[in-house]
Amino acid sequence: MNGILILIPIALGLGLLGLAGFFWSLRQGQFDDLDGAALRIFVEDEED
Amino acid sequence: MSGAAALVDRDFAVPDIRCAGCIAKLEQGLVRDRRIATARVNFTEKRVHLSCVPDAEVPDLIGAFSLLGFEAHFLGKGPEEADAEAANSRALLRAVAVSGFAMMNIMLLSVSVWSGATGVTRDLFHWLSAMIALPTIAYAGRPFFRSAWRALRHRQTNMDVPISIGVLLVSAISLYETLTHGAHAYFDGAVMLLFFLLCGRWLDSVMRDRARGGVAALLRNMGTGALVLRGEGSGRWVDATALEPGMVMLVAAGERLAADGVICAGSSSIDLSLLTGESAPQTVRLDDIVHAGTLNLDAPVRVRITAAGADTAIADIARLMGEAAQGKSRYVRIADRAARLYAPAVHCLALAAFVGWMIAGAGWHQSLLISAAVLIITCPCALGLAVPAAQIVAAGELMRRGVLIKDGSALERLAEVDLALVDKTGTLTLGRPEALGLDRLDAEARSLVHALAQVSRHPLSEALVRGLKDDMSAPAGVHSLRETPGFGVEARWGAHVVTLGRPRHAIEGDALATELAVDGRMLATIRFADQLRPDARAAIDALRSEGIGATMLSGDRAEAVAPVARALAMTAQTGMSPQDKLAAIARQSGIGRKVLMIGDGLNDGPALAAGHASMAPGSASDVGKNAADCIFLGDRMMPVVETIRMARSTQAIVRQNFVLAIGYNAIAVPLAFLGIVTPLIAAIAMSGSSLIVVGNALRLKRALR
Repeated sequence: MNGILILIPIALGLGLLGLAGFFWSLRQGQFDDLDGAALRIFVEDEED
Repeated sequence: MSGAAALVDRDFAVPDIRCAGCIAKLEQGLVRDRRIATARVNFTEKRVHLSCVPDAEVPDLIGAFSLLGFEAHFLGKGPEEADAEAANSRALLRAVAVSGFAMMNIMLLSVSVWSGATGVTRDLFHWLSAMIALPTIAYAGRPFFRSAWRALRHRQTNMDVPISIGVLLVSAISLYETLTHGAHAYFDGAVMLLFFLLCGRWLDSVMRDRARGGVAALLRNMGTGALVLRGEGSGRWVDATALEPGMVMLVAAGERLAADGVICAGSSSIDLSLLTGESAPQTVRLDDIVHAGTLNLDAPVRVRITAAGADTAIADIARLMGEAAQGKSRYVRIADRAARLYAPAVHCLALAAFVGWMIAGAGWHQSLLISAAVLIITCPCALGLAVPAAQIVAAGELMRRGVLIKDGSALERLAEVDLALVDKTGTLTLGRPEALGLDRLDAEARSLVHALAQVSRHPLSEALVRGLKDDMSAPAGVHSLRETPGFGVEARWGAHVVTLGRPRHAIEGDALATELAVDGRMLATIRFADQLRPDARAAIDALRSEGIGATMLSGDRAEAVAPVARALAMTAQTGMSPQDKLAAIARQSGIGRKVLMIGDGLNDGPALAAGHASMAPGSASDVGKNAADCIFLGDRMMPVVETIRMARSTQAIVRQNFVLAIGYNAIAVPLAFLGIVTPLIAAIAMSGSSLIVVGNALRLKRALR
């Protein structure tokens, strides 16, 4: 029983972490240009 | 960077972004322009977002794009213009994420309950589930509750009514179970239901967003603005919304008019095809009236604006469209039609289960539990996915073939049409001048024409370059090229002077023509005419074989329509005003036909809005593209037929999905009635049926192959 009391908060916490990460990436615009992201690896930056 | 704070955002649609090279070229090339601080390409939406200094005018920015070899269309002023619809899909996606998270965690707890947790542990797990489920349902369920409430307030019912009642009842009963240390709590079922349904809702909204993005990229310069002259010579670009009567605008050859007006200097020919459907260009001189949306073909003219914005002749058409569109809003989507039958049936079943078990003496607690199981089993989980899953697969396949479908209901309506009314100019024809008889010229003349035409942006020059694109002869080596607006292009070719331009002798009719001359001696005359789309005949025949008769409705004169009608073996009505087209559609709808309107012009706008379904080519006027349910790109007309075939197979799949969902209910409902459906069985049945429905929808990917 004591194991559960530790493990369940950990499981929920990990889940929430994932959810927060998803929201963060959504707000950062990570999903705005899905096809472009795959192509950008071929783009050479001039500056560096 | 001292002026960093003063930068403004501008969004452009650039349809030609195709590869990583384009991204690099644009992002690195644009910032070399001193007015542009940053450029960011969005490849998926074919857009470029610029941060630039506030006094950078739109035409200058478009010029910066064309220096790099890209055609750009101004879209708007950046993210603040992001509309409510896009925000809606984001809200839906957040709800999907929250309900997905909650579903997984509750399932984690439920699995331990199913595998035999008892006593305090089971109660603890039920409490934890409740603590996750109730806030989730309050948050993620809002789209359903809101829509159900709206429907109920209008004394209607839609798919969301049984969903909302089911979810709320099941949550309440499960909470009661938890309080009384019961064995079965259906929190997992309720949240899973929300998750699957939200997926469907989100897919539906993504599909609309994607199509809208495509349409926005297509909406072109018309209405973006005009170069307004102030005093002598100096001009300033003025946005269409800021144009006022009395201003004088300079309209270059190949530019669309942004407002109604009177010619106050120069003469030209004007292409009216988007406004009236008339194919032959009209010659305009001093004091002639010209209309917004028409294309200046020949020479630059100055136009004194008489009406701008909502006062233009287009406004009249907009009013007609408003009236026409009201009829279409009566269409009820297939899912909602199903819900009208489904919702009462579900509620009666649940009630019957409750009453039946009460009579059988099971006690009200047991009876309530069983009716909750019936509700959760019958909740239209698969039904909610059945339609959007099929439609988004179909829309994705069609988009790959260059057809943009604006929303799911358009696919449903397209599947029902049995009569096509087709506009001529720009729809059956390409709607632009094409050079005739280029292959009759000798190779030398062809190479001269090519060399001269490719330096000019005049519509006829562009037609020549298009016509000679596949020609073997390379452009001749000419130099000292000079373009005289209103006349043509002149160049030196060895010791000779060659000119390509307006014929010196008027030729019969209003036909467009250009003349190639060497040292003032005429070498060749090339005529231009609007051509039929290359597969127009095949497309019309294919429509007939699908059981859809086609008739032409044209605003053009009978003499211009007759050859087209003959070539396509169609009947035609000619000289039709927008009102006439509306009346023709009303007449056909009156006798029960489902009309598919295909058209492109401003004059087709009301008809496109009134048709049961409507399509417009990508070259259509903004009004036409906005009014149509779907847009096909490119010169081919076959996509029209492919779209209808796809719409029909989508409808078939949707119907299969309904049958699957009903079949599943036919098995599951008796089990629920008998009281042997535990939360475990409910969860398996629900996810199983959803997967089957989605899998069936994926078969549409092969429907056109």
